Amino acid sequence: MAKVLERKPLSFWERTYLPQIIGGLRITFVNMFRRKETLEYPEQRPQIPPGYRGAPTLVKDPNGREKCVSCQLCEFVCPPKAIRITPGAIPFDAPTAHVEKAPKEFDINMLRCIYCGLCEEVCPEEAIWLQDIYSLTGTSRGQLIHNKAKLYELGGTRPDTHYKWDKKLAAEKHHDESGAHH
Amino acid sequence: MQLLIYLVLHAIYALLVVVVLMSMCAYAVLAERKISSWIQNRVGPNRTQLPILAYLPVAGTILQRIGFSQPMADGLKFLFKEDVVPGHVKKFYYTLAPCLSLIAALLTCTVLPFGLWWNADGEHPLVLANLDIGLLFVLAISSLGVYGLVLAGWASNSKYPFLGGIRASAQLISYELAMGVALLPVFLWSSRPGVVSPLNLYYIVQSQNGLWLCLWQPISALVFLVCIFAETNRLPFDMAESETDLVGGFHTEYGSFKFGFFFIAEYAHMIVGSAVFVVLFLGGWNFLPGLPDPWPHNPLGSVMTIAWFLAKVVFFVFFFIWIRWTLPRFRYDQVMKLGWNVLLPLAVANFAAYLVFFALFPTI
Repeated sequence: MAKVLERKPLSFWERTYLPQIIGGLRITFVNMFRRKETLEYPEQRPQIPPGYRGAPTLVKDPNGREKCVSCQLCEFVCPPKAIRITPGAIPFDAPTAHVEKAPKEFDINMLRCIYCGLCEEVCPEEAIWLQDIYSLTGTSRGQLIHNKAKLYELGGTRPDTHYKWDKKLAAEKHHDESGAHH
Repeated sequence: MQLLIYLVLHAIYALLVVVVLMSMCAYAVLAERKISSWIQNRVGPNRTQLPILAYLPVAGTILQRIGFSQPMADGLKFLFKEDVVPGHVKKFYYTLAPCLSLIAALLTCTVLPFGLWWNADGEHPLVLANLDIGLLFVLAISSLGVYGLVLAGWASNSKYPFLGGIRASAQLISYELAMGVALLPVFLWSSRPGVVSPLNLYYIVQSQNGLWLCLWQPISALVFLVCIFAETNRLPFDMAESETDLVGGFHTEYGSFKFGFFFIAEYAHMIVGSAVFVVLFLGGWNFLPGLPDPWPHNPLGSVMTIAWFLAKVVFFVFFFIWIRWTLPRFRYDQVMKLGWNVLLPLAVANFAAYLVFFALFPTI
């Protein structure tokens, strides 16, 4: 059923459009004294929602161990090839020797990174995380290639729900102790 | 020698008036940005700081928040930016056009009285040139402002400015007619028997000692106000420079300092237009409709008359900005229809009505 909209003919005053203009002026005038929506950056920062894809960082687990094992999966999946890894070995006498590999050099070129998050998705160690860092500055191109130290500094520590290497070490010890006969 | 002193003093006087007008223009730009942002729920420019003023304890922060140093930053930007002249323009007229706009706007302010001063002979107006044909001079010179726009549109040798120039010239000449006819009742009142020179703007202000003209000639005031909006190319009659359909209109091809000239010329025209409206219809420096002269008759009183006059002009500049950010733009045919079909007959009918009124009551 069509609804018929009643359009009343305009009165004499309304046809001069003056009452409508004055009504509009009143609205804009009242608006001048309302609360302003502007966010005064940099004093006020925007609220970053969880899951925001900022700059990629490397994290340590709560025990202080660096989680990356330089498997180079992120280097292969990165679309603009921003990540360059040189894998290295963990010495036999270190407390984390069961992990066997750690990156000797880990460079992410922030001028190439497209913040897609594929490296975070593909990492099997949950070592690389895109955190809420949205403003990066540098005074030279070299400063915007984040090396391993900078990445760990930006990353900090994240809680770990798996502790897979500790569990593996505990299982090996248990296996060694229980199956000592072979 | 006397002539030299006279000339130097008057040159300083003129320079002072122009400096005040130009700084009012610069601050009108700031006012436009701030007021338009408040209307739109945002904060305007509030970050510019001068090296010294910024460190004053309370005043420094307030001045920064209201954007006090922003016009200086804008002026410096226009000065230092590279002035690119496109290859396809007619160079002489391209450079001449902004000058014409600014000259027309500034010349009009030479005959505007902006205050009073008193000496042993009585009271005199503070005005650069107390012309006896002041009103006619204002109308004539503001008509010359069209040339700046038309020349800019034509000399830019490109489609958008051409369209902007054509529209601007048609709009301006149409609304000048209605403006002139709307002023005729004012002229009727100011040329009543006993007045020496009816077109002198000082005597028009003096004739508003009782009721202000906007109160008992409201239709003339309204028509004149609408025509002033059209003359200064100000929304809702913005088509000459309508940013949404014509990129930049007549000032598309203009770069840093020449664009700054057009910008300043538009705001100067706006301020001078408001001042003309205040002088003609709002009683100039008269304090209130029934109370024209509470000012003390000494230099402090002069300063107070100037301040009250400027307060009214500033209110009208605010009104211009307020209307701009409230109303949508008229279409070209709507502008033409309004100018010729509505305002001109209304102004003529208004004039005829006041003719009859003054014929019936000649002793007012």
